[in-house]
Amino acid sequence: MTAMTPEASVFYLTVFVLAVFVGYHVIWNVTPALHTPLMSLTNAISSIILVGAMLAAGSESLDWGGWLGVVAVALVSINTFGGFLVTQRMLEMFRKKEPRSGEKK
Amino acid sequence: MSANQLALWYLVAAVSFILALKGLSSPPTARRGNLYGMVGMAIALLVTLALVYSHTKQVLPILGGMAVGAVIGAIVARRVQMTQMPELVAAMHSLVGLAAVLIAIAAIHNPEAMGLHVPITGLHKAEIFIGTFIGAITFSGSVIAFGKLSGKIRSAPVVFPGQHWLNLAIGIAMLGFGIAFFVAPETEWVAFIVMTALAFVLGFLLIIPIGGADMPVVISMLNSYSGWAAAGIGFSLDNPMLIVAGSLVGSSGAILSYIMCRAMNRSFISVILGGFGGETAAVEGAEKKTVKSGSPDDAAFLLSNADNVIIVPGYGLAVARAQHAVKELATKLAAKGVTVRYAIHPVAGRMPGHMNVLLAEAEVPYDQVFEMEDINSEFPQCDVALILGANDVVNPLAEQKGSPIYGMPIIEAYKARSVLVNKRSMASGYAGLDNPLFYMEKTMMVFGDAKKVVEELVKAVD
Repeated sequence: MTAMTPEASVFYLTVFVLAVFVGYHVIWNVTPALHTPLMSLTNAISSIILVGAMLAAGSESLDWGGWLGVVAVALVSINTFGGFLVTQRMLEMFRKKEPRSGEKK
Repeated sequence: MSANQLALWYLVAAVSFILALKGLSSPPTARRGNLYGMVGMAIALLVTLALVYSHTKQVLPILGGMAVGAVIGAIVARRVQMTQMPELVAAMHSLVGLAAVLIAIAAIHNPEAMGLHVPITGLHKAEIFIGTFIGAITFSGSVIAFGKLSGKIRSAPVVFPGQHWLNLAIGIAMLGFGIAFFVAPETEWVAFIVMTALAFVLGFLLIIPIGGADMPVVISMLNSYSGWAAAGIGFSLDNPMLIVAGSLVGSSGAILSYIMCRAMNRSFISVILGGFGGETAAVEGAEKKTVKSGSPDDAAFLLSNADNVIIVPGYGLAVARAQHAVKELATKLAAKGVTVRYAIHPVAGRMPGHMNVLLAEAEVPYDQVFEMEDINSEFPQCDVALILGANDVVNPLAEQKGSPIYGMPIIEAYKARSVLVNKRSMASGYAGLDNPLFYMEKTMMVFGDAKKVVEELVKAVD
């Protein structure tokens, strides 16, 4: 009997299903008040596709395929940086203000 | 760097992303959450950069591209108005979708550079196909959503006969070319290109029939798609990092779509099929009902003599940029001993949670802002419900069997002892329905632009 190591594709499917499950539970815990920051944050996270773009842009011979990768890197970097920064900006607005007397009730 | 090291660093990054999302469970922990996200992303990008460097040393083009994107991203993040967040998010989804397509093309062109088997195996071809078509649909769909949200194209639904059959035909054709790409022994460029082009067209056609009222669902849905596109590319490239992060985003968008659908009492299918909220049907005006209208002074008198006021802001408020004036009004009322709270309907803005951000921007403390379910029971004890630029979300018709919006959860402002409604005119809302709330005995209408009216209220409360 060979070692019990599944094929890579089965392993990735396992990762995928578990990640969806984790995502499902974590997201339901997000307070509705922060759904807009959630969207901009997930937007920033989805720019993880940058990893793929980097592999394409880093090919040995920078032919047209490599240049497509460079374009993809530039496009998605907008998400990476813009996404996290705009989320930060929004969350700053939700910072608890120092309670000033007379402000509340 | 060994493959194991790489995978372990990716694991650290993936855990950081989960912690980032977990942080958003409450405002005080949210900023730390975002920080986790940044750290996770930085780790993922640095190790990938190190990997590329150790293989080909070709990091300059990458850094160049990143610098361009970083500058644009930073400028946009700083300049964007909070009312424009939905457009920004839509635009960003389109970038992820487009990048997925570009990466897929690059992978087919040069599989070796992406660590793929040459020639590409059938399984990977299928995965590339899935990642590409989701990416292409995300791209063109988001471009249309961006256009509709920013007002660059008309937000009214575009419907024509046979639309759904056309979409179905395109979908089947796309699948057919995808299979042709899959079964071809060598890389079949023609099939791939036709498939991708069809997916672009499909994304466009899927979003044009969806009207402005359904935009919160559309934008959540595209959020989900962008995540699945990233996961699809992750499968294509055997990269668990992309799979994990993509799935997190995908499920997040799916849950938000579900929440938005539930808040409008619409099924996901009916939103996708579109056509809703187009015709602003004239209010069935056979019987002229009378409304009581008053001046801001009358309204201010009512407000300052109340103990308990609940403000119901709608998107009209944001359009008029009246949030700051509202905050000022609330502060003045609070100084007079009036308890002021805000009631937010899940679809009050143009995207999930939009109204909360707009109020936060105006420095309204978030503990005065309540979600619909949490505050609805309070209306019977509320002296004045002040409705600013909201219509359908306070329409009591939703509780009447047979009405088109029957079953939609609403903010029960009609249960308040008296109701003040600010609107520009008697025009109906997105749903094209009359609103009986406006004709109730205890309701007073204050017509005019939200900002002007609220500013006059602020003056009059003195």
